[in-house]
Amino acid sequence: MTDLTNLGIAAIRDGVAKGDFTAVEVATAFNAAVAEANPALNAFIVTTPDHALAAAATVDAARAAGQSLGAMAGVPIGMKDLFATQGVQTTAASHILEGFVPHYESTVSQRLWNAGAGMLGKLNLDQFAMGSSNETSAFGNVISPWRAAGDTAARAPGGSSGGSSAAVSARIVAAATGTDTGGSIRQPAAFTGISGIKPTYGRCSRWGVVAFASSLDQAGPMARDVTDCAIMLEAMAGFDPKDATSLDLPVPAWSSALSDNLQGLKVGIPREYRLDGMDPDVAKSWDDGIAWLSDAGAEVVDISLPHTKYALPTYYIIAPAEASSNLARYDGVRYGLRDLPDGAGLQDMYAATRAAGFGAEVKRRIMIGTYVLSAGFYDAYYTQAQKVRTLIARDFEQAFQRVDVILTPTAPTSAFVLGQKSADPLEMYLNDVFSVPASLAGLPAMSVPAGLDRSGLPLGLHLIGRPFDEQGVLNAGLAIERRAGFAARPEKWW
Amino acid sequence: MSVAPADVAKIASLARIKLSQAEIDAMVPELNGILAWVDQLGEVDVTGIEPMTAVIPNTLRLRADVVGADPLTGGDVRDKVLANAPAAEHGFFGVPKVIE
Repeated sequence: MTDLTNLGIAAIRDGVAKGDFTAVEVATAFNAAVAEANPALNAFIVTTPDHALAAAATVDAARAAGQSLGAMAGVPIGMKDLFATQGVQTTAASHILEGFVPHYESTVSQRLWNAGAGMLGKLNLDQFAMGSSNETSAFGNVISPWRAAGDTAARAPGGSSGGSSAAVSARIVAAATGTDTGGSIRQPAAFTGISGIKPTYGRCSRWGVVAFASSLDQAGPMARDVTDCAIMLEAMAGFDPKDATSLDLPVPAWSSALSDNLQGLKVGIPREYRLDGMDPDVAKSWDDGIAWLSDAGAEVVDISLPHTKYALPTYYIIAPAEASSNLARYDGVRYGLRDLPDGAGLQDMYAATRAAGFGAEVKRRIMIGTYVLSAGFYDAYYTQAQKVRTLIARDFEQAFQRVDVILTPTAPTSAFVLGQKSADPLEMYLNDVFSVPASLAGLPAMSVPAGLDRSGLPLGLHLIGRPFDEQGVLNAGLAIERRAGFAARPEKWW
Repeated sequence: MSVAPADVAKIASLARIKLSQAEIDAMVPELNGILAWVDQLGEVDVTGIEPMTAVIPNTLRLRADVVGADPLTGGDVRDKVLANAPAAEHGFFGVPKVIE
């Protein structure tokens, strides 16, 4: 039998349904792969082999009883440790939540279990999803399975969904959940040669997802190809009355409507994304993407998104502002860490608990957020940023009157060496320059692998669609996937 | 705009994060670097532009006024609510004495 860990969502689900192998065999193979790889990659904070086996046994029993199987039946996945999972520690990769065991299940994870998926474990991430390299986790860096040619230096798997991207690309999970606030699904997908989609804001319920910046946070799948992303997104998405921003819309059958025929479609190429001094390999892969979409029948149109340069500074006001408010709940009273110095009062306990529990980047963002929301600065920073955000969204609205989908690179570079950008927060923030604008506008956007750069490291292409048009994004992604023929995978060194 | 050490100490106090003087001194140039960078938003002409309030148009819903209609978010789950508390006593969250 072929190694079952080589299979993705569709192949596992169909193989289990046909009886080529059992779901328990699949879960057993992935559990072994996780146990072997995790000491080297540190992709999981906790592993849950029993959860994966129990879910698999349920699927096998349902099949034996002739019952219909779910869309993810028998598929073992990794769950980003930002989703509350009943009975399993949920930390957001922060010391302040260490030991927190939820008594409830997030809507998105529950939907996946209802569809027949099983959980291999909780995946590492940047602390509270704040970071682009997975170096802010309180549980250690995730190491990318990818290495540059002739170089063993440990590289970033991207962030914040770095455990997810490392695990999918190392093929120790069939797929994984991610969350994306400013690029946290797409940039790690690009760094590791996998696919990931952030749907329209509101498609996936945020209930039970540890909040970072609530007007931006969206969950989405990270998987080996576009088809698997479509299948998994269908399982994750859907109206949830427990999330006030949940979209009350039916979930389209994205996977069955996939088509790489782009006849009659217009693809926009935003000139503001062609940065001075752009990495030549990134520029070339963008040109390749343009050629592939033309080959698929699309018409290429130059467009302008004039407020692009203001997206990152806008994001770094709005996201910290929302974070400073959301993270006020970590107070040492209701859950998680409590640091109570001798003789301390309530206020001292709050301050000591938060000093001991939050990492440096989380503190930095809470401080920025507190400042921009404070009396005397609110209008100059926060209100101004929300106005610029309106202009950024308007840029996209105007562009989508002329084009159907927008193509850009996902990130300005391939995966960098760990530590290379961690000294300067601003330099790290600039890594999200291509992904943040679509987040600010709430648009569906996806990264698909495009090829390797001169160092043998993956590069991603980024597709942005109209609100609710995940299908257009997925179809353009499929057109690139079929033409890029990306088959590279990291050489196993772990 | 820029911040001085006293401003950072004030922000830390508002944010309820205890910082040592050394941590405050280290954070001053970091925050000033970020603030100088976001200051470029001031050059954008926003005359007549409304601040964004909802990124995707949506309507706020009212739910049926039924107690405990959803068992996950309904009542009668005191022990679950308290289960992760660092100090829970007599069915309440425990905190240090707040009245001198």
